[in-house]
Amino acid sequence: MRAANQRKNALAKQPSKTNAPAKQSKTKAKAVSTGDAAAPPDDSDFILRSLQTEFEEQKRFNATPEQMLKFYEQMLLIRRFEEKAGQLYGLGLIGGFCHLYIGQEAVAIGLQSALDNDRDSVITGYRDHGHMLAYGIDPKVIMAELTGREAGISKGKGGSMHMFSTEHKFYGGHGIVGAQVALGGGLALAHKYNEDGGLCLAYFGDGAANQGQVYETFNMAALWNLPIVFVVEDNQYAMGTASSRSSAETRFHRRGTAFRIPGMEVNGMDVLEVRAAAEVAFKHVREGKGPVLMELNTYRYRGHSMSDPAKYRTREEVQEQRDTHDPIERLKKTLIEGGKSEDDLKAVDKGIRKVVAEAADFAETSPEPEASELYTDVLVENY
Amino acid sequence: MGIELKMPALSPTMEQGTLAKWLKAEGDTIEPGDIIAEIETDKATMEFEAIDEGVLSKIMIAEGTEDVAVGTIIAMITGEGEDASAPDPAPVATAEPAAVPEQAPKPVAEKPAPSAPAHDPEIPEGTSFTSTALREALRDGMAEEMRRDERVFVMGEEVAEYQGAYKVTQGLLDEFGPKRVIDTPITEYGFAGIGTGAAMGGLRPIVEFMTFNFAMQAIDHIINSAAKTNYMSGGQMRCPIVFRGPNGAASRVGAQHSQNYGPWYASVPGLIVIAPYDSADAKGLMKAAIRSEDPVVFLENELVYGRSFDVPDLDDHVLPIGKARIMREGSDVTIVSYSIGVGLALEAAEELAGEGIDAEVIDLRTLRPLDKQAVLTSLAKTNRLIVAEEGWPTCSIASEIQAICMEEGFDDLDAPVLRVCNEDVPLPYAANLEELALINAGSIVEAAKKVCYAD
Repeated sequence: MRAANQRKNALAKQPSKTNAPAKQSKTKAKAVSTGDAAAPPDDSDFILRSLQTEFEEQKRFNATPEQMLKFYEQMLLIRRFEEKAGQLYGLGLIGGFCHLYIGQEAVAIGLQSALDNDRDSVITGYRDHGHMLAYGIDPKVIMAELTGREAGISKGKGGSMHMFSTEHKFYGGHGIVGAQVALGGGLALAHKYNEDGGLCLAYFGDGAANQGQVYETFNMAALWNLPIVFVVEDNQYAMGTASSRSSAETRFHRRGTAFRIPGMEVNGMDVLEVRAAAEVAFKHVREGKGPVLMELNTYRYRGHSMSDPAKYRTREEVQEQRDTHDPIERLKKTLIEGGKSEDDLKAVDKGIRKVVAEAADFAETSPEPEASELYTDVLVENY
Repeated sequence: MGIELKMPALSPTMEQGTLAKWLKAEGDTIEPGDIIAEIETDKATMEFEAIDEGVLSKIMIAEGTEDVAVGTIIAMITGEGEDASAPDPAPVATAEPAAVPEQAPKPVAEKPAPSAPAHDPEIPEGTSFTSTALREALRDGMAEEMRRDERVFVMGEEVAEYQGAYKVTQGLLDEFGPKRVIDTPITEYGFAGIGTGAAMGGLRPIVEFMTFNFAMQAIDHIINSAAKTNYMSGGQMRCPIVFRGPNGAASRVGAQHSQNYGPWYASVPGLIVIAPYDSADAKGLMKAAIRSEDPVVFLENELVYGRSFDVPDLDDHVLPIGKARIMREGSDVTIVSYSIGVGLALEAAEELAGEGIDAEVIDLRTLRPLDKQAVLTSLAKTNRLIVAEEGWPTCSIASEIQAICMEEGFDDLDAPVLRVCNEDVPLPYAANLEELALINAGSIVEAAKKVCYAD
């Protein structure tokens, strides 16, 4: 019975990649045409399509009005926070590298809203502001870290790329592309070792997806049945190189195939779709069935970092994404259809702008770290 | 004329072994590929396979014989129609080191530990000792900590079912099971990252690298992920992990497998770097490393794994990290060293004593944080100092000691501080060139005499 189902799943028609609103259709047209060959139908254990099939049955999360409003607020907070961070960077208050999450908000909110925060852990790369805000961590301490102040969540010693909250089981914030994937494997190992029932959500980009250690981790995670959800946030560009120019297989959810990790392909511009996919993936992992690889198709409106001239794409392309696929506008439409008024939502925006303005004021006026902090936290113990 | 079967070397460092069992008897016909005997070393039991055909005409070494030197004739095979009663070959006793000429003169060949090392003040007076091989002391240290703390586990290539590539993790799988003794695929970058992540998640991993040469693939996690996290997080996120394995030159394994990473890791703030010499320090510091809240790089040495040293019979022998040890007290010149170099320094000190020079030998034990005070105190006493390091001279621990002596001990110096290191070349394979490239006791003696103006 089970085998028969799986076989059916393996043969299930693949959704057309071009249905994902964020995707440039020409990029992956070739992959679509040859797609069905990926899963060998003669292997009854080969369940790589089963989660996708389950997800396709109920593709949008049936959120309550309260949940929907909460998602809206959280995404808007990330949007406004990042806009403000961009502004402060322009004023010279934020230094170094600063990678903004604008456009990708639905990914962090859709996934993290499905976590059990008492036991699950999260780890990501350097584009990490949104993932922290998704936890409800005070925007003040995040912004103060960006401005390098004592009150910052890393005492001003980490900066934009290196922020952590062990209290929330958020393990960073890592600046080396792909490193967080192996580290996430270790967090998952700890969940399994401690039998705490938790899972690790490990985010990485389409650029990091080409790092060797990602596949070393896929192998061990599958081999050891680790509770981990690998999330490729495919924002279409590895820094300035389009995925199609850097990746031989741009349908990233298939990249677990060689390790027998089931893949899911999700429209990362729709928070309800992301949440629905998260429910399916997390359930699978929690049942002790091993890792899942999710590909979240999304789009970053801003440059790779603040110093990105964005010569590699057209203004029209970015505008098209904003106009037709924006995750916040999409949810706003759903909310209004559900009875919310424009004025209600304006009031939400006003409240969030106030929170962000306060965070910026705090980050600008907080003192820098004491000079003595230079020498603290190098080691935990004294020797 | 018969064919002589000689005691085989099963590893580059093997010098002798036990002839555990004969699987063929005198008079048996032997085909190439037949397993004729089992040979045991301290590391493993290996099958001895015939490559010739004929009749096993005579067994020269009875089964169960221990300490049979590599190259000793253990049996004769006679070809078809040959006289099986041919005269006996040379007796066993003469077959000793001549059979392995490349091994005998090696400067780093295993030598007995000096008879009377200075007492370690960390060990209470009146403690009894048991002679223990270094690899066993390391294993005992890990096992004791695993019994004490459920969070401690070991992962790495061949650590479990194979019992350790160098047998350091021998027996751990049996006692602690596969949950806590984890065989990894050959993916250093990946498993170093997984170990580091597990430490961030609250466990106490011991990550074994088969050798530190392979940790080059993983150095990003050791430095960028493990060493820097506590600082970058403002003290929020710790990474209590031990990265351990053999470091430095082994024997005849060529440039890619022969490198001392002590100076590399010791240059990184946020890491603890330990490089013990003898079994007592290996055990006591391994236990301290596992208990530390900080990431530790623990550098062992393959050539010392089989040497035995006294280990104190204490229930909980934990040594302080960051403290050097005076291995031999002296008044004329200080020889600072660590890891395998300490053995050479002690050998050199014996030789110097014969020439009327009283050398003090200091084992740094920890390379970061470095026990500057121990070095400077000894310098103040002897006024002359050299550094003996099995590693390259450029940007070395020796360079660091020289800088410390210049900056903080200048007034105590009666001669320039000299470094005695390996030659500044990738380690060659050829036996004679390898010998020329590596540090030896003779070059330490020479340098000591030079700073004593005694040439």
